[in-house]
Amino acid sequence: MEITLSPLSPSVTKTFYTSLFDLQDGERVRTCLQCGTCSGICPFGYIMKFPPGKIIGAIRAEIFDHVLKTDSVWMCVSCNACASFCPSNIPITRVLMTRTKEEMILAGNVPSELQAALENTQRYGNPLGESPRKRADWTLGLQPEVNILGKTRQPVDVLWYVGDYASYHSRMQPATRALAKILNALGVNFGILGPEEYSDGDSQRLAGERGLFEMMAQKNGQVFRKYKFNQIITTDPHAYNALKNEYPALGVEYPVQHYTQFLFERIEQIKPLLKNEIKAKVAYHDPCYLGRVNGIFDEPRALLSAIPGVELVEMSHQRINSLCCGGGGGGMWLDGFQWEKAHTRLSEWRVREAVAVNTQILAVACPYEPPRFEDATKTIQAASQLKVREIAELLAESMDL
Amino acid sequence: MKIAVPIKFVPDLVEELTIDPSGTALDTTWLRLIINELDDHAVEQAILLKERSGGEVTVLSAEADGVDDFLFTAAAKGADRLIKLTGDFSAADNHALGRAFADVIKELQPDLILTGVQAHNDLDGSVGPLLAEYLGLPYVGYVAGIALDGNKVVARKEYAGGLVAEVEVKLPAVLGIQAAEQPPRYVAYSKIRQVMGTAKIEERPVSNLESSGGVVVGRLFQPEVAERATMLEGSPEDVADKLVGLFKELGTL
Ligand SMILES: Cc1cc2nc3c(=O)[nH]c(=O)nc-3n(C[C@H](O)[C@H](O)[C@H](O)COP(=O)(O)OP(=O)(O)OC[C@H]3O[C@@H](n4cnc5c(N)ncnc54)[C@H](O)[C@@H]3O)c2cc1C
Ligand code: SF4
Ligand code: SF4
Repeated sequence: MEITLSPLSPSVTKTFYTSLFDLQDGERVRTCLQCGTCSGICPFGYIMKFPPGKIIGAIRAEIFDHVLKTDSVWMCVSCNACASFCPSNIPITRVLMTRTKEEMILAGNVPSELQAALENTQRYGNPLGESPRKRADWTLGLQPEVNILGKTRQPVDVLWYVGDYASYHSRMQPATRALAKILNALGVNFGILGPEEYSDGDSQRLAGERGLFEMMAQKNGQVFRKYKFNQIITTDPHAYNALKNEYPALGVEYPVQHYTQFLFERIEQIKPLLKNEIKAKVAYHDPCYLGRVNGIFDEPRALLSAIPGVELVEMSHQRINSLCCGGGGGGMWLDGFQWEKAHTRLSEWRVREAVAVNTQILAVACPYEPPRFEDATKTIQAASQLKVREIAELLAESMDL
Repeated sequence: MKIAVPIKFVPDLVEELTIDPSGTALDTTWLRLIINELDDHAVEQAILLKERSGGEVTVLSAEADGVDDFLFTAAAKGADRLIKLTGDFSAADNHALGRAFADVIKELQPDLILTGVQAHNDLDGSVGPLLAEYLGLPYVGYVAGIALDGNKVVARKEYAGGLVAEVEVKLPAVLGIQAAEQPPRYVAYSKIRQVMGTAKIEERPVSNLESSGGVVVGRLFQPEVAERATMLEGSPEDVADKLVGLFKELGTL
């Protein structure tokens, strides 16, 4: 650990420190006990030159510029584990880590993979760099046709905000189609925005691109206002988090549910439709922005338990103590960067945990996860038999859709 | 040091390209334009030079959808002046563009003009050498690295096969950039938005676009399936033998 006592820049520290106080609960940073819990629980704390507690230490020592000279904050996957366990209730992820990343971006210190995702978001409205016109291509061939609001202009009960990866990623599209079929089977009157939908921007925000996030929120807000619906559901926990916790402050406020909550409310209607047995031990991975951040632990588990044949088992990291898949906070676009530093991926740790409890299926509820975990099952030999399935896919299979 | 960077917008290949009914041009209904990648490198190189040795960077573009955003982004990165040529550029080829840029650049009197070395749209000659010709200035293309030295520069010019030459050029000169010394930087969207409120885009109307000397497109078409491929079957040794036989038959060996 090198902290060279070069000329100190208290002004850099002071400007940064006081900027934290403008954020909701930002002043709590003052109450840090330097207990080190955050750095200990952080999945990549052992690699960061400045894990969260040490950043606060550097601020107090007026050497925050040392933090900016390292790139260790790009190991942060915004999993919120540190914030959830901080005895002083400091919003470490949302305030400290995100603001530090923002400083890095303002200074132009952005790993190139992340830069590409941010530029794609700015230009195409999605980090994958796909054509916005193809955002609803996953619906092709589905019967009945999915209602794209811009085409039909019919009011709907439920606006389904599909999200980036659920719309475009080839591994996710079957899961997205599965959910469309389930909604149809339940007789839900729903529509999507298709080409008019923009990225929710939440992971870009947590990667430090606040301005871009606000632009996405504004654009989505404008589109929402064009149509009539009673509530929003979403496939993506990151979108759910944005719509629930971040958009309202920007004047975009609608009742929103993650699809697992929405389906759980209809579980009595679903149960008789679950005909096919899926005989397997299933471990459920809590996505950070569904579980730890937003407290939705039981609904996904209840849906899985309702499937005949499913035996739910728990992995060592679960519920509030879940282990991030590595995709959050920009991690989705820092794979090469993080691999170079860590020579391991969080998704690989996770599939090892699934194997350790003898599960055959790793069930997930976030569109970042199937591609990440499936890649991990290919590199971890012991996990080669492990199947990664979206909850919607398992439900649709059991419902014979 | 005054640096001028003329840039252009080209079709974005993320969208599918279709050909219009005339059969000689792209259908512009769904066409989306994007900065020519190498022009983005030229802008980055100009800003790197300014950061290193001071100076003023002017970015110029013909008007098109998305150009304003790009110019503001360039300003957020460090460009000082933004100039937009206005007029009907729908049929302007590189010859016309080169002449239009030359007129404006004459008046700017820059020491150095940087363009991207090539673009993927029109293939009637790169803007850089055309511009150099109309301005009567020297041109060096495929440049990846520039060292300023008083009233001359040393340009690192890339050749195919991994060869690099250091070419000394007296200023003013036009350089075609193959790659900036660093990949184009990222600029936070909040900074771009700030610049949008403060920076000014100067407009220069261009009335007569003169495209003589350029190519005339006879037919534009999607790759067509031909039936000339012959698949050679057998072990690698057999295939190699047959191949050598074929080469001899065709007179290439
Ligand atoms: C750095 C670099 C990277 C490139 N990358 C790509 C790429 O990735 N993809 C791509 O498609 N293209 C690329 N190109 C372009 C491609 O190499 C050229 O388009 C191609 O070489 C042009 O071929 P040519 O025969 O027209 O001209 P040249 O390759 O210039 O050949 C001209 C030939 O004529 C010879 N010659 C010249 N004058 C005389 C004379 N008076 N008498 C006899 N012989 C003479 C020269 O010695 C030379 O052999 C690149 C070029 C460069 C410089
Ligand atoms: S866990 Fe909280 S109190 Fe403890 S060092 Fe980290 S930020 Fe400070
Ligand atoms: S949010 Fe997660 S990855 Fe980031 S510092 Fe906290 S524990 Fe570490």
